[in-house]
Amino acid sequence: MAFEPKIIAFCCNWCSYAAADLAGTARMQYPESVRIIRMMCSGMVHPQLVVEALNMGADAVMILGCRLGECHYQDGNHKALARSDMIVELLDDLGYERDRFSLHWLSSAEPHVFVSAMTETAERVRRLSALQLPDGGES
Amino acid sequence: MTEGKKIGSVMIVGGGVAGIQAALDLADSGFYVYLIEKTGAIGGTMVQLDKTFPTNDCSMCIIAPKLVECGRHLNIHLLTLCEVTEITGVAGDFAVTLRQSPRYVDMNKCIACGICTDVCPKKIDNDHDSGIGKRRAIYLRYPQAVPLKYQIDPAACIGLQRPGTCGFCEKVCDAGAINFADVEKIHRINVGAVILAPGFEVFDPKPSGMWGYGTNANIITSLQLERYLSTSGPTEGHLKRPLDGKPVRKMAFLQCVGSRDENLCGNGYCSSVCCMSAIKEAVLAKDHVPGLQTSIFYMDMRTHGKGFDQYLEQARSEAGVRFVRCRMGGVETDGESGDLRLRYVNENGRQIEEFFDLVVLAVGLQTPKHVLGLAHVADIKLTADNFAATSDFAPVKTSREGIFTCGAIAGPKDIPQSVVEGSAAAAAVAELLAPARNELTVLPKFPEERDISGEEVRIGIFICHCGTNIAGVVDVKVLAEYVMTLPDVVHVDRKLFSCSQDSQESIIQLIHEHRLNRIVIAACTPRTHEPLFRETLKVAGLNECLLEMANIRNHNAWVHGNNPTGATNKAKDLVRMAVAKVTFGQSSQAIAVPVFQKGLVIGGGVAGMTAALNLAQQGFEVHLVERTDTLGGNALNIKYTWGGEHVRTQVAKLIDKVIWNDRIVIHKESIVTGVAGFIGNFHSTITSKNGETKVIEHGAGIVAIGGEAAVPSEYSYGSITGVVTSVQFDKLHELKEKHVKLAKRFVFIQCVGSREEGHMYCSKVCCTHSVQSAITLKKENPDRNVYILYRDMRTYGQRESLYKEARKLGIIFINYELHGKPRVTGRGAEIEVEVWDHVLHQPLLIAAYMVILAVAIRPRQDAEKIGTLYKVPVDGHGFFHEAHGKLRPVDFSTEGMFVAGLAHYPKPVEESVAQALAASARAATILAQPEVKLDTIKAIVDDEFCDGCALCIDVCPYHAITLFEQAAVDGEAPKKLVRVNVAQCKGCGICQGTCPKRGIYVVGFTMKQVVAQLQAALAG
Ligand code: FES
Repeated sequence: MAFEPKIIAFCCNWCSYAAADLAGTARMQYPESVRIIRMMCSGMVHPQLVVEALNMGADAVMILGCRLGECHYQDGNHKALARSDMIVELLDDLGYERDRFSLHWLSSAEPHVFVSAMTETAERVRRLSALQLPDGGES
Repeated sequence: MTEGKKIGSVMIVGGGVAGIQAALDLADSGFYVYLIEKTGAIGGTMVQLDKTFPTNDCSMCIIAPKLVECGRHLNIHLLTLCEVTEITGVAGDFAVTLRQSPRYVDMNKCIACGICTDVCPKKIDNDHDSGIGKRRAIYLRYPQAVPLKYQIDPAACIGLQRPGTCGFCEKVCDAGAINFADVEKIHRINVGAVILAPGFEVFDPKPSGMWGYGTNANIITSLQLERYLSTSGPTEGHLKRPLDGKPVRKMAFLQCVGSRDENLCGNGYCSSVCCMSAIKEAVLAKDHVPGLQTSIFYMDMRTHGKGFDQYLEQARSEAGVRFVRCRMGGVETDGESGDLRLRYVNENGRQIEEFFDLVVLAVGLQTPKHVLGLAHVADIKLTADNFAATSDFAPVKTSREGIFTCGAIAGPKDIPQSVVEGSAAAAAVAELLAPARNELTVLPKFPEERDISGEEVRIGIFICHCGTNIAGVVDVKVLAEYVMTLPDVVHVDRKLFSCSQDSQESIIQLIHEHRLNRIVIAACTPRTHEPLFRETLKVAGLNECLLEMANIRNHNAWVHGNNPTGATNKAKDLVRMAVAKVTFGQSSQAIAVPVFQKGLVIGGGVAGMTAALNLAQQGFEVHLVERTDTLGGNALNIKYTWGGEHVRTQVAKLIDKVIWNDRIVIHKESIVTGVAGFIGNFHSTITSKNGETKVIEHGAGIVAIGGEAAVPSEYSYGSITGVVTSVQFDKLHELKEKHVKLAKRFVFIQCVGSREEGHMYCSKVCCTHSVQSAITLKKENPDRNVYILYRDMRTYGQRESLYKEARKLGIIFINYELHGKPRVTGRGAEIEVEVWDHVLHQPLLIAAYMVILAVAIRPRQDAEKIGTLYKVPVDGHGFFHEAHGKLRPVDFSTEGMFVAGLAHYPKPVEESVAQALAASARAATILAQPEVKLDTIKAIVDDEFCDGCALCIDVCPYHAITLFEQAAVDGEAPKKLVRVNVAQCKGCGICQGTCPKRGIYVVGFTMKQVVAQLQAALAG
């Protein structure tokens, strides 16, 4: 069976989760590997959650929020953005590739942005994992 | 005021954004609402728009929450496909007759799965897509329609046209919702008041073939362009030439199609919104087509609303939209190519020809025929332009008592103004029906909640088939068997439609039967359905927070339709995650804060007084704080409204009513100096001139501190006595001052202090005011020469009639540009005004006796201070900044605070009055409740882990967290901790995302829950 990565997507309730809903309404198709975790705001996602998800075996972690400037709680996504540098450093220290973590901003009316983010991430992770497979790193 | 019977219900005719706003405000303040919609779904024109100006917000996204709220409000009864046929009775006690067309789909059965549409063989033009796309005979007006129920178009349906044929939809409908035998129904409903909000239609250029419309498919209307640009439109946002599918490289917008032109279209008025919507479309189209050139051909750029001039400037300088002031001559197709040749006369009087790929006609707004019929049925008076006639001091009252209006029926207007009027109409109704408040509304009643703290976890899972939507992809049987094996799961059930009424009853029963204390619903999205299931839990005596939804439809079955095995596996994961999360769920009570049922209004001008008076007449005590020793504000400087009403007479009446109202306490020569508290619970300190202070308790506050006239620093103002401001001129004219009386030549200069660097906004009232003054001067003595030097003549809406009259009277209008401002110099008793003449290409010299400067309106200096006190923001210009420019135009993002009048932005009297009423209606939604219920999703501090580092305090967007010191206990040192003010907390969890110690968490999203979810997600 082909490798099916597991991707954790933290979606804010107001835009990205809604866009994912709309992708469904429009019957757009994307890889099954993503598991969405609903948060109220992208700013709610603690950096520790990203690390823990990877530690537990997630192949990638995404944080998806409203477009910058359009956060339902004024500037939660800016806070998330500000924290992301720290997350990347943390991942570096722990030996995770940068590509395993990404941030995305989209409006509730942009299911296509959601879908392409999912598709691209799944692709990227597949490539990353293929690199590691020979030495048995990941399966 | 009318005596006699008052019925506590209202009928609102029209489910567009104005009607929806009125419905929500009334239903939230104790009145039962019948919301009548002519089509199959509410939403009006907004649901057709792609984006909205000036924020470029997605139109659908911002109206959707209001639609859903309307759809499920206990005190709003939606009636679709209805028309009013009769209104009898008097204010307070009307009987309205409705004719409801058959839907042919049983609303109680339809689950909107859409299978019927898939099999329907009949395709016709889609009016939702303005005719450019197709829809079937059985259809939803738009994908997110409220109510989300299909309908059959009887004119198109094959089965209805020829009974016994077709019927495919009936065969595939599992729910059995299709009913070909459906018939027309007549309803007779008693209500206390009626609000007419039927909206507008766009001008149809087809019959007259205006600018070649109908002869070449590459000529489209602005509404059609909206649909082309919309990602949910027929082309999914791809813009190509309709005629041949070729790319669009050069696009032209032609303004004022169906507006400002009695000869060509019969509409003399200005439609007021088309300039902005064209600019928006020109900017957005460039995003869709890289390298696209857009040109807007116009007479006057009317961007008079808040933020509009800035938008215009950005469109010009950043987006590169080209603006051409011209007189359009004609649009012709260029041979075979399908290209379009525009002929026009430019500003310099030159005849020009230019080619375009696509021409967009910025079509105006007009009153549709059926609305004229409605006006007739309602027996209300109309203006010459076919809009509802209203007074400037009562802009939502029609000529018939008890019947009100809002939105475009009373004149063309944009979304914010329509929303304002929706709320204003609600305020006017609430005033009329105040004695009947809460008489017909219902409050949801729930049994006492079970205390589950001592119980072991008992999870019940309900898997929804959603017809075949889920079950058609996911193997629900396998799923059910699997989830039964998960820890603490004691009951699993499958439901064909878990959201149906009978499923709710069964869930309640099973909760009792199995003593379930955590519930997982594996179905669709919590965004639409969580409130419903939360309600069900409450009825079953469970806390609403003990629910978790697994979205196995939108996030699974629908997006992995071509991989059933994968979808089934993913469904297992999703339910497992929900189970893991709900296991750690905890009860939480929506906290209720008692409300001081009193209002505070700051500012005793027309806006402040109107708001105070309305609140008082709705039955609330009001404190009115005025800085000076007189009520009346800026209105005391104005003589007539644009409609010709004498302002001072009306203001005197208003002052009288305010003074004699027992419920209004007036605090003159006082200002607010301190504020504490939050929604429902404000304590404002006011200080009088002699230093006395008082603390006023109030549940809501309205800021209406007004604005002030700018002092000109140009045009020799102050050095030449004949150069005066418009306010000064009005005084001189009124006093029949001899210079004014004898003067033969007057020059008005517009935009003094407006629309330029540092003040890039339009003061909105000055064009109309100058035109009015000029007309008076000319009428007094036709021999006078009157000039108006302007940049864009902004006599928007029905004010256009004044502009027309002025030109007819021979008033001379000369256009100038910002870089070529007029020059004013003194020459003895005369004043010389020099302005560039575009046609003659030389300076024109006018020897004037008097120069009148139309000066800008500025915010008040103390605005910022009040902003800081109430934590409400001011914008870059110093005007107060509302919560949302489109949909919450009088609310502040700080709950319980509202804004009205010039403090918000320059505006004429009738708009100030409407806004004041709107603010009052919004405030009443709080004051009418004995307590406010706050959301359950709140941050909670874990004292054990919190070490008082205070990082969360800085990031909280609502200033809801404070630091405090816990007194020493049992010999331990005192400890620093944070506290959350639950009333201010909105549950965003930014604190949780920031806390390094796991010392603060949000109910329903605790770190424990999310980690459990992660574990479950990655366990499979
Ligand atoms: S709510 Fe979407 S990012 Fe804050």
